[in-house]
Amino acid sequence: MMKKRLGKFLVVAVVGVFMLATGTAMAADTIKLGVAGAHSGDLASYGLPTVKAAELVVKDINAKGGVLGKQVELLVEDDVCKPEVATNTATKLVSEGVHVVLGHICSGATKAALGIYKGSNIPLMSPSATNPALTQSGDYPNFFRTIASDDAQARLEVDFALDVLKLKKIAVLHDKGDYGKGLAEFAKAFLEKDSRAEVVLYEGVTPGAVDYSAVVQKIKRSKAEAVIFGGYHPEASKIVTQMRKKRMKTLFISDDGVKDDTFIKVAQKYAEGVYATGPKDVSKNPMAIAANEAHKKTYGADPGAFYLNAYSAAIALLNAIEQAGSTDYAAVTNALRTKDVETPLGKIRFDDRGDAIGVGFSMYQVQNGAYVELK
Amino acid sequence: MEYFFELFLGGLTRGSIYALIALGYTMVYGIVELINFAHGEIYMIGAFTALIVVGVLTLLGWNQIAILLIAALAAVIYSSAYGYTLEKIAYKPLRKAPRLSALISAIGMSLFLQNYVLLAQTSDFMPFPALIPDFAFMEPVAHIIGSPELVILITTTIVMILLTFLIKFSKIGKAMRATAQDREMAMLVGVDVNRVISMTFIIGSATAAIGGVLIASHIGQINFYIGFIAGIKAFVAAVLGGIGSIPGAVLGSLVLGWTESFFTGYISSDYEDVFAFIFLVLILIFRPAGILGRSTTEKV
Repeated sequence: MMKKRLGKFLVVAVVGVFMLATGTAMAADTIKLGVAGAHSGDLASYGLPTVKAAELVVKDINAKGGVLGKQVELLVEDDVCKPEVATNTATKLVSEGVHVVLGHICSGATKAALGIYKGSNIPLMSPSATNPALTQSGDYPNFFRTIASDDAQARLEVDFALDVLKLKKIAVLHDKGDYGKGLAEFAKAFLEKDSRAEVVLYEGVTPGAVDYSAVVQKIKRSKAEAVIFGGYHPEASKIVTQMRKKRMKTLFISDDGVKDDTFIKVAQKYAEGVYATGPKDVSKNPMAIAANEAHKKTYGADPGAFYLNAYSAAIALLNAIEQAGSTDYAAVTNALRTKDVETPLGKIRFDDRGDAIGVGFSMYQVQNGAYVELK
Repeated sequence: MEYFFELFLGGLTRGSIYALIALGYTMVYGIVELINFAHGEIYMIGAFTALIVVGVLTLLGWNQIAILLIAALAAVIYSSAYGYTLEKIAYKPLRKAPRLSALISAIGMSLFLQNYVLLAQTSDFMPFPALIPDFAFMEPVAHIIGSPELVILITTTIVMILLTFLIKFSKIGKAMRATAQDREMAMLVGVDVNRVISMTFIIGSATAAIGGVLIASHIGQINFYIGFIAGIKAFVAAVLGGIGSIPGAVLGSLVLGWTESFFTGYISSDYEDVFAFIFLVLILIFRPAGILGRSTTEKV
């Protein structure tokens, strides 16, 4: 019941803001911030928190006098997370004269819309599109994001193994699932590109098997110094436990599927020393705390998915316009790449490809029965 | 060579666990010609019972070996009670019904027990304490075979020997064999068939519970779903060896354990299950009744 009421309220809020926005658009010269994403349909829960984040940021900034002395105006458009709708959404926003766009939400829709924004020289920043190719292909110089790409964890695992641990022989294992195998494939590709280490074993294990003794023996025979595992904690804890019981000291590096307290609870003493990547801890960031508080105060609920990423993206975009001194495309993108900005995700800047530096994952290690972030 | 030996031992341990579960399948099938799909859940319930008992006794500060023995005993009693009740509630009323009805009833009981444990306990993975201590004398070979594996192998062997004696020489064993041969004839000569069937479920559940405690303690984690995969594998092992045959179940389990271990070790674990099932298909093509199964001619 509560949910339904909230939903209705949201619709009213979104429509209201939109009407308000078009109302004022005629009146004065404003900075137009487009917000595009899934605001209805199955994936609305991914897109609506971004709208709320944008509303809160804009309200805040307008109260302080706006950007470059002008008020910021929101143009909210729904793409239902569908690529074919996203192109229309983008065309509409462009024709309404947006200066910068926060969105889109889904990788597929983002990719479809990007071409249109690129042709019109409009910078786009997504809080949630994680497809690696969006930034890495180099096709979209107008694209930025405040979330780490799908391969970021694998990149971090490999960099950590090579740069910090200086390993030579690495076994890459996965649980044959989409998530685990995807990560393992990225890790393997990164390792093979680098000549410092060798992938001595690459295998999938069967989730839920009675035990993993044969795979563990295989790891031992491969003389791997470390295992990079893509998958979830039940398999990870079984493999780690069996390795330690076989008196193997092989290091274990895994992902945020393993950076879960259940892993430590189940593997107990054998969990000690295991490395796992996980989202950077922002719970102590004062801006993040304030952003979450503002959401609770205004909307009476805890924020939804990608809220802080969206909040940071809105701040980063408007800050870049302020820094650039105009809404000129080259000046704004340059400011995004060169000027640091304080956001709820920490101090961020964007690299040449558009990925946020300082956002994403950290390496954690189990020390005395708890995950500790390694700096 | 050491690698081969390690894989051999790993397969042997895994096969032993399969065997403890497969015995229940094969005994029940031998006597009532029913595939008891809820058998894997009995194994899971045994592990959960042990976990609860261990929790209580550890709080009381008991000695580890005593805890292990009492937990195993509790698991055996509790699982046996479940096996007994299962037969009375779900299978006995269907004994005269078409065989498919009992099979569906078995699948239903399997789902029921899984969800019952899910609701009564938890959906999370629970840590299971390592009840089997690391023996000091095993330390030099611990990298090849650990104390838990040794205990699993010894326990399985003892259970097998006891079971063989029970079937071969005891009165109830004789009654079981008679019932397996021809239930109606056994009834006519005064064998209490209902009691024999109940005993079969109790013994099968007891061995499964022992398997549950041993593997949970070795692996260190359990959840409500562990019985499903273990049960399917043990069922495959029972079919492989020849369902209805007790030595066949043991042999089938070991063969399955070794197949999985060696294929994983020498080829790839990506296709572990594929290899295991290809092997099953091959054996069934050449020996349709399983390795040790009797090819029965239809009774008229």
